[in-house]
Amino acid sequence: MLGFRLERSPAPLWVRSLIPLIAVAITFLIVSVLILIAGAHPGEAFYELLINPLTRPTARAEILVKATPLLLTGVAVAFAFAGGYYNIGAEGQLYAGAVAAAWAGTQLHEQPALVAIPVMLVCGFAAGMLWALPPAILRIRLGVDEVVTTLLLNSVMLFFVSALLNGPWRDPISNWPQSPTIAASAQFPQLFARTRIHLGFLVAVLALLAFWWIFTRTRFGLELRAAGLGREAARFMGVRVGRVVLIAALISGGIAGLAGVSEVAGTHYHLIDALSPGYGYTAIIIATLGATTAPGVLMATLFLALVDIGILSASRQLNIPVYLGDIIQACLLLVALATLLLNRYSLRRSQP
Amino acid sequence: MPVLEMQGITKRFGPLLANDQIDLTVEPNEIHALLGENGAGKTTLMKILYGLYQPDAGSILIDNRPVRFRSPASAIAHGIGYVSQHFSLVPTLTVAENIVLGYEGRSLLQRREMEQIVHETAQRFGFNNIPPDALVRDLSVGQQQRVEILKALYRDCRVLILDEPTAVLTPQDAANLFETLLDLRARHLSVIMITHKLEEVMAISQQVTVLRHGRVVGRRRTSETNPTDLANLMVGRSTAAVTRKANHQASTASALNVRDLWLQDRRGVALLRGVSLTVNQGEIVGVAGVAGNGQSELVGVLSGMIAPDRGTVEVRGNALKLGDPRAFNRARVGRIPEDRLKGVVSDLTVAQNLALEQMEDFSRAGHVDYKRIEQHAERLIREFQIKARPGDRARTLSGGNIQKIILARALARDPVVVIAAQPTRGLDIGATEYVHQKLLEQKERGAGVLLVSEDLDELLMLSDRIVVMFKGEITGRLDATTATPETIGLLMAGGQQDRQANAISAQPLSGRDHAGLPT
Ligand SMILES: Nc1ncnc2c1ncn2[C@@H]1O[C@H](COP(=O)(O)OP(=O)(O)O)[C@@H](O)[C@H]1O
Ligand SMILES: [Mg+2]
Repeated sequence: MLGFRLERSPAPLWVRSLIPLIAVAITFLIVSVLILIAGAHPGEAFYELLINPLTRPTARAEILVKATPLLLTGVAVAFAFAGGYYNIGAEGQLYAGAVAAAWAGTQLHEQPALVAIPVMLVCGFAAGMLWALPPAILRIRLGVDEVVTTLLLNSVMLFFVSALLNGPWRDPISNWPQSPTIAASAQFPQLFARTRIHLGFLVAVLALLAFWWIFTRTRFGLELRAAGLGREAARFMGVRVGRVVLIAALISGGIAGLAGVSEVAGTHYHLIDALSPGYGYTAIIIATLGATTAPGVLMATLFLALVDIGILSASRQLNIPVYLGDIIQACLLLVALATLLLNRYSLRRSQP
Repeated sequence: MPVLEMQGITKRFGPLLANDQIDLTVEPNEIHALLGENGAGKTTLMKILYGLYQPDAGSILIDNRPVRFRSPASAIAHGIGYVSQHFSLVPTLTVAENIVLGYEGRSLLQRREMEQIVHETAQRFGFNNIPPDALVRDLSVGQQQRVEILKALYRDCRVLILDEPTAVLTPQDAANLFETLLDLRARHLSVIMITHKLEEVMAISQQVTVLRHGRVVGRRRTSETNPTDLANLMVGRSTAAVTRKANHQASTASALNVRDLWLQDRRGVALLRGVSLTVNQGEIVGVAGVAGNGQSELVGVLSGMIAPDRGTVEVRGNALKLGDPRAFNRARVGRIPEDRLKGVVSDLTVAQNLALEQMEDFSRAGHVDYKRIEQHAERLIREFQIKARPGDRARTLSGGNIQKIILARALARDPVVVIAAQPTRGLDIGATEYVHQKLLEQKERGAGVLLVSEDLDELLMLSDRIVVMFKGEITGRLDATTATPETIGLLMAGGQQDRQANAISAQPLSGRDHAGLPT
């Protein structure tokens, strides 16, 4: 009998760099089975899912629209993860930014876009930061596990938004649970004619570039990586681990807040309950698959956005449930986490 | 007929040949010492015997029948018991639970029954003073070790493996352990005891196998050998007379001044009790002691990693902010940590690890100059003969080369003080000599070096003065030129130094002959 055993040594580099691809391959295998059960042909389904969207200009544009919040939250989460701070709260921080944008956006009727938009971005960033602050302080001062606190604060924020929308912010005109529409000057302009790609995409790309630059060029980036990869050793070498992690946690919250601003000002023009279908959680998949590097995050984001758009056409054409898209995401995360173990362990054939 | 034979066992870890064609034969009623320096491959061999590692080649015979252990469960089934260096007890469970749980077929016992069974097993083997209902976390280290042994006995082991059992014990506990082992032998068990202490081998074993660099370099009947012979085999050179490499030439200006350090752990147990010492410029002061007597904590404080409850540390007369590694960095205290993996971030590159301590020099306005970091690394790699490229991840390096990175970083900036904790632990002889030479160089150029080591030969060879720690206190201060292993050994065991006579009175230590103390 062939046996395999895990040994506690890192897999060779070429294996580790294949991890995301392996994760994708295994996921496709699992999903193929589900597609067969749903009564479609996996080949056709994958064509609709992954290739077809790329052939149509409107679908290509929609991928970038979808990628906008994902890229922002993905960068946000990757930023924190890289420092060994497991911010699971990007969803809540996104809504914090959205609330700030919805508020600021309605106060800025008199202002030109050049003032209104930056003010909104700053407000959103600050709100995301503020929402990320308590868990970060609890973790650094008292060692409270941030996975739990940031996760729980997501629910708190969602209930707060619900309360706002059903109470003071309920739209007086439509009476829907949605905030009043933001000022026209505060709405993000389209980047390309006849598409829904908006300024938020540019913001997201800038955030990604900033992330890349900080990580590969600055002292803070190097110290953050050191803190994330080896807390004690980093401290031994004189890195102020607490400070570095706090700043990373706050920047992470701020960038997630920008995702909220972008959704309010770029797509919906008001705050709604269902602003995010879980971008903050998908971001965890993105950061993990992307191995917390800028190129990795970009690739993972585009891939997940593609799946999100592709599943719509696949389900229309082949009559398979759209939930398959969620299943693909969930599988990717599980498989990615499992294969990530190869970072620490390597699989050895044991002797027959 | 031997109970156990291992033949031609070979095990590689990547490029490292940890076990190279090892043969080992254990007879019934035998205490078999497996002797070798750190890193010789002793633990690896025993983990193979216990089914934790699979050998790349070789075979194992029990009662002349070939066996293959895919897991500890099958090793246990064949009567192998293993007490590892790091205990595998669950601190929050009782002694009885720890012993019985996990042993197939007997996991659904009532608490009472369980305690009864454990009690009987303990009685059968003459283990007193281990209450089956006590929580493991409330036991002393010596008692915990007994629980581990009892666990193996309960599983009907015929060959008991002990991996460096005395490393964590007080001399008293060590003596007790040896009595137990002799007793087990009288009950027809065989014992394999891993150690790197010659006296223990002489005191208790009947047969010795000596490993060096993964190979068997000698097999002896204990009655037909002596410590010098074993030492020669073990290290490949004669340590009979330690040649002092140091000659005392310290100035009287102090480099490091430590005053009245006190430290308690969370449970209020005192770890440091008023430690004071001075290291002069151009001097190496050695710190001796059995592991766990406060040396680690002292090093922690003097590296800036631990803030003591009380006390001061001055470097050339300037008091440092304690518990802040940056303050020690800035005062040019070169630090070699006890655990070298806590000194480097293993997933960062060699160059980054060499630079992180002095980022002020490698960044401007927050912007890192990676080019200069790389040049800096290249220079140190050349100077310290590190076998690595600047861009290699630290984790891909051997222990000796990681140690050289730490050494290079600690010594690169002309330190005023060097804190070297176990700087040669696990290194091969070449690397060890290299580290020694570097420390002597530092002393020559006027740094004050504090050398904490468990290796007495190393301390005697390099130090100008030696202090001995026992239970968080400095219990002896000796001049290295007149100190002998015997005097230091007695102090390490809790003996008191009589200041006037400079003589040492040992505390009564029953069974000292077994423990054969002075190292
Ligand atoms: N799991 C492992 N992976 C890689 N190297 C190892 C592993 N275990 C031990 N080694 C290496 O093998 C050598 C022998 O180690 P070990 O058997 O623990 O020595 P000893 O117990 O004699 O001190 C050392 O160089 C050690 O670093
Ligand atoms: Mg060992």
